[in-house]
Amino acid sequence: MMKRPELVCPAGTPAALRTAVDAGADAVYCGMQNATNARNFPGLNFTPEELQASVAYAHDAGTKVLLAVNTFPPAGKFELWRGAVDLGARLGVDAFIVADIGVAEYAARVHPGCRLHLSVQAAASSPEAIRYYCREFGVRRVVLPRILTVPEIRALAAEIPCEIETFIFGNHGLMIEGRCSLTNYVCGLSTNMDGVCSPAADVHYDRAADGSVATRLGAFTIDRFGPAEQAGYPTICKGRYLAPARDEAYYAFEEPVSLNLSALLPALIEAGVDAFKIEGRQRSRAYVRSVVSAFRQAIDQTLAGETPALADLIALTEGQKETEGAFKTKKWR
Amino acid sequence: MHQVALPTAVLIIIKFERTPMAAILPETGIRRLLPPAPLFLLQPVLRRIVQHIAAGNPSLFNRLGPHRKARFVIDAQGLPFLLLLRPDPDNLLFRAYARDAEPEHDARIAGRFLDLLGLVDGGEDGDALFFSRDLDVTGNTEAVVCLRNALDDVDGSIAARVADLFGPVGRIALIAIRQAGSRAKADRRAA
Repeated sequence: MMKRPELVCPAGTPAALRTAVDAGADAVYCGMQNATNARNFPGLNFTPEELQASVAYAHDAGTKVLLAVNTFPPAGKFELWRGAVDLGARLGVDAFIVADIGVAEYAARVHPGCRLHLSVQAAASSPEAIRYYCREFGVRRVVLPRILTVPEIRALAAEIPCEIETFIFGNHGLMIEGRCSLTNYVCGLSTNMDGVCSPAADVHYDRAADGSVATRLGAFTIDRFGPAEQAGYPTICKGRYLAPARDEAYYAFEEPVSLNLSALLPALIEAGVDAFKIEGRQRSRAYVRSVVSAFRQAIDQTLAGETPALADLIALTEGQKETEGAFKTKKWR
Repeated sequence: MHQVALPTAVLIIIKFERTPMAAILPETGIRRLLPPAPLFLLQPVLRRIVQHIAAGNPSLFNRLGPHRKARFVIDAQGLPFLLLLRPDPDNLLFRAYARDAEPEHDARIAGRFLDLLGLVDGGEDGDALFFSRDLDVTGNTEAVVCLRNALDDVDGSIAARVADLFGPVGRIALIAIRQAGSRAKADRRAA
């Protein structure tokens, strides 16, 4: 019999959290309204009071709450991260999602009863790296970077003493997760320490008379979409650039495309994945409702031995394109 | 008067949206030759709507932070006028302007009327509309992101609350609008 994987869903607001719970999430992940999490976007995330009420709502429904404290504290600013961990423990969150070893050490030492999950931002993909976090901080689950094939995940599962969580849907921004500094160069803010990639205050859209739109980040134009062309997120890694390698502007880093592993669910469960993560704390309640419902149904059907009837989620994907990325083949680009 | 004015205006809009004229007029500029919409009738209705939403959702303004004083022009394509919103709880503003008299603003949000209604209603995803180029944003992007997140944190349907404000006629009008939205979406997918 197949092991029942946990469906881990995003929540950028209390309303999104309740939507995820009601749509069948086993766990919901969220963050505070500050730099302690990697979706520190304007108007997003939770106040302490909202988190308290949200934990109560989720727990009443039997849903876990995972608090993302997954950025890297700069020197002299650790107090903010310590405060987030202490607050989460006091409010009864079920796990902390951490990336920094200082934050991991603090949470493990001061709140040993609370589970630690290793964030994708830690970019731990080898058995040696993952075993280090398990041994030193008691990490119970690793969120894998989106760079491994299903056979590689199966092999990894046999070599590590903790649970495995993989992304199954959403933004597909790989780089070396937790180490991307592209935003820093342009905006002066750190994705990894300030928790914001392409801060909205630096994003500008310039619409031309012909209907085309140029996307600028700070002083740099990073893409230009024709009048009927699909758009992507305004991040440097998804921009199109002129470079000597090609005659025309092209996606030099990554293409605007979303991950969708719905067809690989049975293979991933069989490979030993314990939890499936949906990306998108910055997305709306409508997104959360659609994607969580679709994957709740697909997982339940897979576990029942049925072929999952997969909802069409293409309308919610970046650039209206989806990929199975490295999970299917290393040659996915 | 308000109990009749909004649903009537809405039904006219739906009727207009479903005619070939709706697609032609923005291209030809003929709309400018039409008599101006009776905006003075609309202003008290809009004021009542925004005051009702603000009174029922005070926490909405916390998410807006410094952007509660921002001025948003909302260009709901298909409507014969523009809307100006300043979501400042101490100085709320929600007014209609003629299309050829666009007011000063910090950010501009443009999209189909039914898509924008879906956003407010929690039924559409702003990123998805942006990806498909059905939503245009210019000006202060951070203010728009804040507004989007603030509205998305409102439980239930803002549109339904507005419809309730106008009694059974309002609710019937909203049903008609939603049905028109579903049909339009299905038509676009089929195309």
